[in-house]
This record gives sequence, structure tokens and C-alpha cells, in this order.
Amino acid sequence: MRIASKGITKEFIRSSKGTNRLVAVAPADLEIAEGKLTLLMGRSGSGKSTLLNMLAGLLTPTSGTLTYDGSDIYAMNDDALSLFRCEHIGVIPQGQTAVHSLNVLENICLSYMIYPGNESREAVRSRAETLMKKLGIAELENAMPSELSGGELRRMAIARAMIREPDIIFADEPTCDLDDENTLIVLDILKEAAQSGTSVFMVTHEKDAENFADISLEMSSGTLSES
Amino acid sequence: MKLTESLSFRNVKGRPARSAVLLILTVIMTAAVVCGIMTVSSLRAGLGALEARLGADIMVVPASAVSKKNFENIVLQGSMGYFYMDSSYYDKVAEREGIEKVSPQLFLASASAGCCSVPLQIIGYDPETDFTVSPWIKKSAGGTLGDYDVVVGNDLSVFVGGTITFYGVECKVAAKLDKTGTDLDTAVYTNMNTIKKLIASSIEMGMNDFRDIDPDHSVSCILIKVADGYPVDEVLNDLNLHVRRTKSFRTKDMISGVSDSLSGVSVMIGVLMCAVIILGIVILFLAFTMSVNERKKEFAVLRITGASRKKLSGIVMSEALIIALSGGVIGTAVALLIMLPFNGIIEESIGLPFLMPDALMIAVMCAAALAVSAACGAAAAAYSARRISRIDTGVILRGDN
Ligand SMILES: Nc1ncnc2c1ncn2[C@@H]1O[C@H](COP(=O)(O)OP(=O)(O)O)[C@@H](O)[C@H]1O
Ligand SMILES: [Mg+2]
Repeated sequence: MRIASKGITKEFIRSSKGTNRLVAVAPADLEIAEGKLTLLMGRSGSGKSTLLNMLAGLLTPTSGTLTYDGSDIYAMNDDALSLFRCEHIGVIPQGQTAVHSLNVLENICLSYMIYPGNESREAVRSRAETLMKKLGIAELENAMPSELSGGELRRMAIARAMIREPDIIFADEPTCDLDDENTLIVLDILKEAAQSGTSVFMVTHEKDAENFADISLEMSSGTLSES
Repeated sequence: MKLTESLSFRNVKGRPARSAVLLILTVIMTAAVVCGIMTVSSLRAGLGALEARLGADIMVVPASAVSKKNFENIVLQGSMGYFYMDSSYYDKVAEREGIEKVSPQLFLASASAGCCSVPLQIIGYDPETDFTVSPWIKKSAGGTLGDYDVVVGNDLSVFVGGTITFYGVECKVAAKLDKTGTDLDTAVYTNMNTIKKLIASSIEMGMNDFRDIDPDHSVSCILIKVADGYPVDEVLNDLNLHVRRTKSFRTKDMISGVSDSLSGVSVMIGVLMCAVIILGIVILFLAFTMSVNERKKEFAVLRITGASRKKLSGIVMSEALIIALSGGVIGTAVALLIMLPFNGIIEESIGLPFLMPDALMIAVMCAAALAVSAACGAAAAAYSARRISRIDTGVILRGDN
């Protein structure tokens, strides 16, 4: 899937009077390479997450357009965009993100609770099991999120983002609170996903991640550049 | 993996303590509503039955009865007092103008009977002229009421055709009356001749309670139906003016006392019910607001996995409805378990005519209470649902570092 942004911008209004505007993302033209791992680096507060959220269809830009295979996704209504995100876009957010009333397997299959689709339950389950095995959390299938470590939770979130075999995965600092071993596991998985044809767009602080990246981008005070 | 089980249901199940508290709250709320409307409608029905049952437009009693405390009970509970006047008043009353029907009654008490644990009233009446008892016969053995035949109130556990014994005199149950929800339900009606025999027998048995009553020449009250074309008030004034040493009442006015205290009780119950509902909504509102606020991040996760804004509010609303409806069902059941077996005790403690609605009406009330409970849940959750649908996913998921 071709994902391209044209002049995509985000401004936040900082004061209540609306006079103090903050340009979090300056007009950015970007095309996400298909089947590649794209890395976005930059200092904290430089606008990386804001850009990622806009690219993932989660944050409406102040101006500019974002097209997936030529169609402007922010022109869709919320229902259509939500379904589109569900089927085509996987997101691994920052921090711990589990639904606490569901076990690990159910968390991974969460999107099927929202849109069941027409796949058989067995097919979904076997894909979830394959993913869990690959991520090394196969034995945790029936565990509750509260029983998991940070690294395991992150791997669960990765599996949740990958379960529908999306065209693109957005990962916002997926390694930031992990130890070296878990960091390597996560980077490996994302690299492998890219190699198998899924585009991956990852925001990170991790210097080591550059070794895994196909393309590296840099963000500084809201301005995007290639590094 | 139960993908078919709804997320809302899992969320409710996943927080057992919180859900239990909210469930108990809705149980109390619904139970209060069901008990409230059942009590009020029972009181209404009781009043209606009492009004219809009195049947007469005017009731004439001895003037001395008015000062007696038991007169109040006639009005409030349909129970009879013990006061007597000479039967010559019957003729005096009957010859006044504007009177269509007139029938005397004589009140007698029986401390106990072969059948019943409650003290019951024995009322002598005149089947020839009666127009207030006969219309309420529900089941009759047929034929005319002869000596030793009795007509019993609905609460006496004897069958039509069976027998019942007073002061050693065996009487035949000739008919049973409809329920009124008042003390009249434990009354026994019989003709004056039988009353005479009962009194004689009681004296023979050494009970001197009725020694002073001369059943041939005594009545307790005289019931009057005013002829068409005569205003009841005029007839009433005429009786009060010309039939001395008696007091005539308009039965509607007697009832008005009941209906006054009934509307008092109804208002009180209504206020209590509203208070419980409002309190319930406020607590539910706070609980839902807090719980949704607490789970903002989970809703953001749902959003990134593809939930539309509508779906997010849908999840919050269904959580509320799951709790409100299950609480409603349990609450209704609890209310029925209170009202059905204990309505006698409730009736006694309120001291007003109390007639439970029939099964169909009860079903309608329960359905209404369920609807109220669901509406309360929906109202309490609406704000949270609306707020969560405006969630800013980006902001929430940034807030971690
Ligand atoms: N919802 C918001 N309202 C106001 N300012 C925001 C909002 N989101 C982000 N910002 C600001 O935009 C800038 C970029 O934020 P962010 O994209 O989260 O940076 P990064 O992910 O690179 O650390 C920051 O200065 C931040 O304070
Ligand atoms: Mg960030």
C-alpha cells in the first residue's frame, strides 16, 4: 500500500486565548517505503509522536493530505476510517496498553472483538498462536495482563498490532522501557515483519535501531529531514 | 477464546467488586420502585373497592357512635364498631323523602370462630332490603339466604357449601364475597334471625357480651341509597335535621378522609421513590464517570485497534445497560418476594385499604420498573459515553512519558 503525505502539518493551540500556536509538525512531505523499516529519530518533544499519529489516521492534521493508495483517509467519516485502520493499519503505542479485563490471547485478538470480519475463529486463533510463539509469549495465552512484565506486555501489543496482517505497522518508541535483551527481540520482530512485506514505521531513541533500519529520518523542532 | 462475548460484558465481569456495588445499587433502586408503585396502586385499588363496597350514599349511625374511637375504624378500615340504636329509627329514616333504598345492619363481634385465627366481625343484615352486600357475592351456593346461612368475606378460609361455627352454632357458608382489602374481608354476614340465635347461644354458653342487645329492636347502622333526582346533600341535611339522636354521613365524605390519608401516603412513597432514583442516578453517574476516566487508556487502545467513536460510546452504554438491566431483574424479583408474601403485614402497618393488583398489572408494573432502571443506567452513563466518544487518542497515548 502506498502511503504518502503532502504538506501535512499539526499546530496546537497552547494558550486559552488561542494566540500562542505551537507548530508541532511543520509541513511534511513523506512517502513511506513499502516493505521497508523506516526509522524516525529525534529529540523528545520534536513532534515524532504527533507525526506518527497523523500518519496512522489517529490525529487529524491541521492542513495537508494523507493518502493511502491515493485515497485521502481524513476525507472518510469516522466509521469508514475506523474500519480502514482496523484492517490496514497496526499501531504499537507508547507505554503499557492492555485491556485489563481480557487475557493475553483476547488482547491480541481485540480487533476481532470490534470487527469480527469473516475469517473463521480457528484461523484467527491459529494465527494468534503462531504470533505468540514467534514473540516468545506462547505460554502466556491465558495469563491476565497484570501478571505480565513490561517486555511481555510490549510483545503482546506487537502481536495485537500484527494479528490482522496490516499493510503498515506504526510503532512509537516500542523499546523505550525495555532491557537490552527485550529490545533486541522487539527490533528483530519488526525487522522480520518488514522483510516479509509489511511496511514498518518506527519512532525511537534507540541508537542501535539504526542498524536494523532501511531508511532513517530525523525530526527536529517539528521539521522532518532525512538523516 | 470468546470473541463473541461482548467487550462490555467482559468489562463488567472483569471488575467484580465495582460491578457488584453498582448491581446492588440498581437492585435497591428497582426494588424501591416496584414496591412503591405496587403499594400505591394497592392503596388506590383498596380505596376504589371500599368506595364501591360501601355502596350506600348515606350511612346513619347513632349519634353516640361518632365520639367513639371505633367509628374511625369503620371509615379507615371498614371494620365495624359496636354501637346500637333502636330499630324504630329504621322506620323514621325510611319515611323521609328522597330515599330509594334503605337497609339496616347490626354489628356483632366474635372473638374466635371454628375457622379463623383473626377475630372476625359478624354483621347482621336484611337480605330482603340489602343492596350493599349482595352485589359483591363472588361465589354462591344458590338459593335464597335462610337461617343459619352466612355470607363470608374473601379472607375467611372456608369454602362455599362448607360450615363455620360461632358460639356453638353451626352455620352454612352460602356465599363468598369479593376481596376489598379492608377488614370487611374477615366479616361474616347473616340474617337477623340467625344473629338472634347466635346471641342466645352465646348467653347460654355463659358469655354475656351481648346480653344488652335486643336483636329484635336494635340496629347499628342504616344504609341509604338516595332516589334519582334528589341531591344527596339535601337528603343528608334532612336526615340530620329530622331524625334525632342519629348522625348521618355521606359515605363519599367518610371515604374522603381515607383518600386524604391515601394521597398523603402516596405522596410520601412517591417522594421516597424519587429520592432513591435520583440518588441512584447520581451514584451511577459518578461511578461510570470515574470508571471510564480510569480506563481512558483502554479506550484509546480500542480506538487504535479500529473502534469507531460510536462503538466506544456503545461499549460504555452497554456496560451501563448490562448492570442496570440485571440489577433491574434482580430488584424486581426481590420486590415481588417482599410484596407478595408480606402484603398482609404491609396492609396492617399502613392501616389503609390495600388491594393487590392482579398478576397482569403486576407484570406491567415490573416491566415499567425495568424500563425505569434501564433509563436510569442510560441517563447516568450518557455523559461518560459522550465524553469517551470525543477521546483524543494521541493525547492519551502520549501521556505516558
Ligand atoms: N494535544 C496537544 N496539545 C498541545 N500540545 C501538544 C499536544 N500534543 C503534543 N503537543 C506538543 O507538541 C510537541 C511535540 O510533541 P510529541 O509529538 O509528543 O513529541 P515527541 O513524540 O517527539 O516527543 C511537544 O512540544 C508537545 O508538548
Ligand atoms: Mg513521543
